[in-house]
Amino acid sequence: MIDDIDRALIVATQGGLPLVPRPYHAIAEQLGLSADEVMHRLRAMLESGVIRRIGAVPNHYAIGWTANGMTVWDVADERVDELGAKIGALDFVTHCYRRPRALPTWPYNLFAMVHGASRDECSAKAAEIRALLGDACRASDILYSTRILKKTGLRIGS
Amino acid sequence: MRESAAPQGGLNDAIDRQILARMQGDFPICERPYAEAAAQLGIAEDELLQRLERLLADKVLTRFGPMFQVEAMGGAFVLAALAAPEARYDEVTALVNALPQVAHNYRREHTLNMWFVLATETPDGIAEAIARIERDTGLTVHAFPKEREFFVEMKLEARL
Repeated sequence: MIDDIDRALIVATQGGLPLVPRPYHAIAEQLGLSADEVMHRLRAMLESGVIRRIGAVPNHYAIGWTANGMTVWDVADERVDELGAKIGALDFVTHCYRRPRALPTWPYNLFAMVHGASRDECSAKAAEIRALLGDACRASDILYSTRILKKTGLRIGS
Repeated sequence: MRESAAPQGGLNDAIDRQILARMQGDFPICERPYAEAAAQLGIAEDELLQRLERLLADKVLTRFGPMFQVEAMGGAFVLAALAAPEARYDEVTALVNALPQVAHNYRREHTLNMWFVLATETPDGIAEAIARIERDTGLTVHAFPKEREFFVEMKLEARL
């Protein structure tokens, strides 16, 4: 869990780090903290997993990953965890989750994101997933993204 | 930012590609982190700062900084979708995006044609955000909370 100072640090950095030589000092000054405390708390949040990582967040499209497919699968309940772990371990799968179905509209309970320079590349990756699932898979689809409508990441209020 | 549009600016050279390949994580926490990262790339601190500024301005990067895991701070993170009628698509997009709880939103090819991620500081915030979107748009929101996470590693190298 986080306290009020951690929360203030999150609010101050969720839009990005200042692009100045001493960014943590700049944040410290803004929040009335010492730079040592800012750095100590950021390290602690990295350690606890509140911060997943610190670095560049690319726009997939702009760096050549123009085909982004959410592959979705209707997998037998008794096998979905075992097979989900195998699919999550594929090096080209960037996210893999078990989620609830929304019947009758949505029969799929396993989601795996694949990315490629073309839709053909994504379909080939989906075919590999299909082969792993075998007869435990009853139906599937690929939902390609055609537009980023928003990509700001977390925004909590100050 | 349509899929067919060529990126403006984009990755200019091998150093930009190195920045993409090596700076998606592990940014140092120290007095002069950009100087340290620049040294690893063999460039000056100043040059790295200028390049990051340009990559952000050109929207090659959407952000540079910490990526938070909202669940680790006691909050919630839920994927949700709705079916927006084509004639209302832009209006519905504006209504959904207006909520600060909407962290990402993608148009996808399916009857459920709008897929977004809600990130809220408390688990209760998810239901409130969904109720608000349903009220504002008059559309049904389907929530797909994760029941199990098998793998998450979102680091893509440049393909250009």
